[in-house]
Amino acid sequence: MNIMNTKIEKLFDLKSIKNFSSKEQEDYISTIGQEIESGKRVVAHFACDYNNSKKIFTILSDDKNCKLKIYSAQMTEDQSSYHYQYPSLTPLYPQMHMFEREIYEESKIKPIGHPALKPVRSKLNDDHLHIEGDEIHEVAVGPVHAGIIEPGHFRFQCHGEKVFHLAISLGYQHRGIEQELINGPHLQNIHQIECVAGDTTIAHTWCFCENIENLSTNITTSTTTSIYGNLIRALMLELERLANHVGDLGALANDVGFLPTSSFCGRIRGDYLNLTAFICGNRFGRSMLTPYSPYGVNFILDNQQIDYIIKKINEIYRDTLGATNLLWNNSTVLSRFENTGIVDNISCSDLGIVGVAARASGVPFDNRKSYQKDHIPHYQQIKIATTTSCDVWARAYIRKLEIDESIKLIKLILNDLKELNLSSNLSSNSSSISSITLKPNHLAISLIEGWRGEVCHVAITNESGRLQRYKIIDPSFHNWMALAIALRGEEISDFPLCNKSFNLSYCGFDL
Amino acid sequence: MLDIIIERIKQKKHTIKFPDENIILPPNYRGLPTISDPSNCRKCQNKICKEQCPTKAILTTTAQAEQIKIDLGKCIFCLQCIKSCPSNTISFLDEYRLSTSKRTDLLFSPHLNKSEYKLANSLQKQSLKIFGRSLQLREVSAGGCNACEADTNVLNTLAFDLGRFGIKFVASPRHADGILVTGPVTKNMHLALIKTYNAIPSPKFVVAVGACAISGGLFQNLPSTYNGFDDGDDDELKNISVDLYIPGCPPHPLTILDGLIRLLGKTTLKQL
Repeated sequence: MNIMNTKIEKLFDLKSIKNFSSKEQEDYISTIGQEIESGKRVVAHFACDYNNSKKIFTILSDDKNCKLKIYSAQMTEDQSSYHYQYPSLTPLYPQMHMFEREIYEESKIKPIGHPALKPVRSKLNDDHLHIEGDEIHEVAVGPVHAGIIEPGHFRFQCHGEKVFHLAISLGYQHRGIEQELINGPHLQNIHQIECVAGDTTIAHTWCFCENIENLSTNITTSTTTSIYGNLIRALMLELERLANHVGDLGALANDVGFLPTSSFCGRIRGDYLNLTAFICGNRFGRSMLTPYSPYGVNFILDNQQIDYIIKKINEIYRDTLGATNLLWNNSTVLSRFENTGIVDNISCSDLGIVGVAARASGVPFDNRKSYQKDHIPHYQQIKIATTTSCDVWARAYIRKLEIDESIKLIKLILNDLKELNLSSNLSSNSSSISSITLKPNHLAISLIEGWRGEVCHVAITNESGRLQRYKIIDPSFHNWMALAIALRGEEISDFPLCNKSFNLSYCGFDL
Repeated sequence: MLDIIIERIKQKKHTIKFPDENIILPPNYRGLPTISDPSNCRKCQNKICKEQCPTKAILTTTAQAEQIKIDLGKCIFCLQCIKSCPSNTISFLDEYRLSTSKRTDLLFSPHLNKSEYKLANSLQKQSLKIFGRSLQLREVSAGGCNACEADTNVLNTLAFDLGRFGIKFVASPRHADGILVTGPVTKNMHLALIKTYNAIPSPKFVVAVGACAISGGLFQNLPSTYNGFDDGDDDELKNISVDLYIPGCPPHPLTILDGLIRLLGKTTLKQL
């Protein structure tokens, strides 16, 4: 096994970050503009509140060279009507729109010139885009939906059956997890992170663990243990991806009334979840990852267990292929999938769409091949699946291709785990949260390719080594707008199908 | 058409014969907690487990100060107490049947035998006559993280086949006999939950699934959430009486299924 030689910078000293003073706002805006125009993607843009000042952090990613660029801008109180303000970037760079709305809501910094400045999560003042005209009507759905799903409110702006726009109003699931991390990390934080989005437990927890491990001054992991830990974490991440992708294909089949695949996949999804449970006792991978134990995981595998998983994976994969291949050969399914819910390549890059949805529109980006390549060497072998048809079929077929890649990856990982053969049991007296100390005045960022797309966590510590700000960005935060775009020009009856093809998280958005 | 039939044969039968089939749970599954040697707890001065519990689920009773009690309504079945126990005396059994009828029944002393755990009762005879063969439920997620929702949804798949017990999740509260709630009840979802509850015709049942819905779980005492049905400050939540508590974070689908059919008196095993 080749030892990783790629080191990606994920920890930054706050002093090394270019900081624009409040007088240099124009420089700041033009710098960010130049960076975006040179092809960089906005990963995060958020405000951090200090005692008597506010600061905005902008994190941009150069995806090709795998390099992060961070800027910060000091905000000072303005004597005019609103307390804090800066010129909005959204009119020129639409991928900023949700970030700026969030900053406005959370930190009361007004991005001047934002075209649709309204709260992201608050339900007090719930205005939405509204179309008026002859025979225009509006259909309201939610927050309580017909199925067993999370709450969200949708307004279809229609003329007859044709939908002009879908106004999405979320925030019903807001629990306030980011606020709970301030001055942390506290005891319950890792478990709350596991619940950011219940179906993306591993990706979110891995981000948190990586940030804490990078920031800490006293967690020591030797090379072998971190290789072992990363292999198991990667295994869990792929199992999570498999379960959700298979579940989504089943749900898509159900939404077009193709019941064989729907019912097979519902049970196959359970088989993948049960494999996760076989490793850690919980079907969603709760309590699996930890930054405090020597291996970075709470459960390790012996060779007997690895053999069982290999045997099971082969069985389940056969069933998965059998069940999902029915979809690609069935004309009634294809006629509903094809040319429904198109999000073209240009809107996709403009809006900063990530993950499965972006790859379906021909954007070949996968964090496992960039910001995660220092985790395990096998990520280099992944073929990034892309399609160009940008429709529901594309988003479904990307999932099929990713299932195949995941299975290959899992087999490689399991073989390596077997080679390493770590049979010793985990020491029970591993360090705990109370013994952790973090580097003061640092910023750590972690990017993990969850099954939906890029999961991003940013941790900023204060001078006493506690968390000043912890920002969590679920892929759903970027992608909800794509659903609204996909539905333009479609019929209301296509909504369930389009919605499921993205399958976005409500609680991951509302946090 | 033929390929669908061939595939159907290849996929084989997977519906489990619940509740008669012998259930094999995963090796690290954490169900009902147990204490192997109560004397260790009596000797233990620090009760580190109590401090380390992320949801404050471990209590020491005033009557028997040396013993501990675990509030399964708050417990998220993580590993903190196992890892922090200096004498390795606490562990979790592979017992998935955990639902109760009363909130107080969830306070379990793990040094007791598991048969002391009071499982949920079935409905009264009169209610059983009406609902025993057909129970329609409306699910509301009020801040749930989608894990409880997913494990409830999975009951509709062919592995569990909820329909054969006469239980169905319906699209409208007007069609429902009861409400199944997940999540700690966020401030933003409170109104929708109460409206849905009120829209269900009486008599109606309330099922609380997961630590969040029962007690707030990991989101206890947060500014933007209530403490599930434990919330003492909100009049509307306080007035809703819960008929079935299903603990877990999230509960295993079998725990939820066992709870639901226990409510309908369709299980032969009345006590553990």
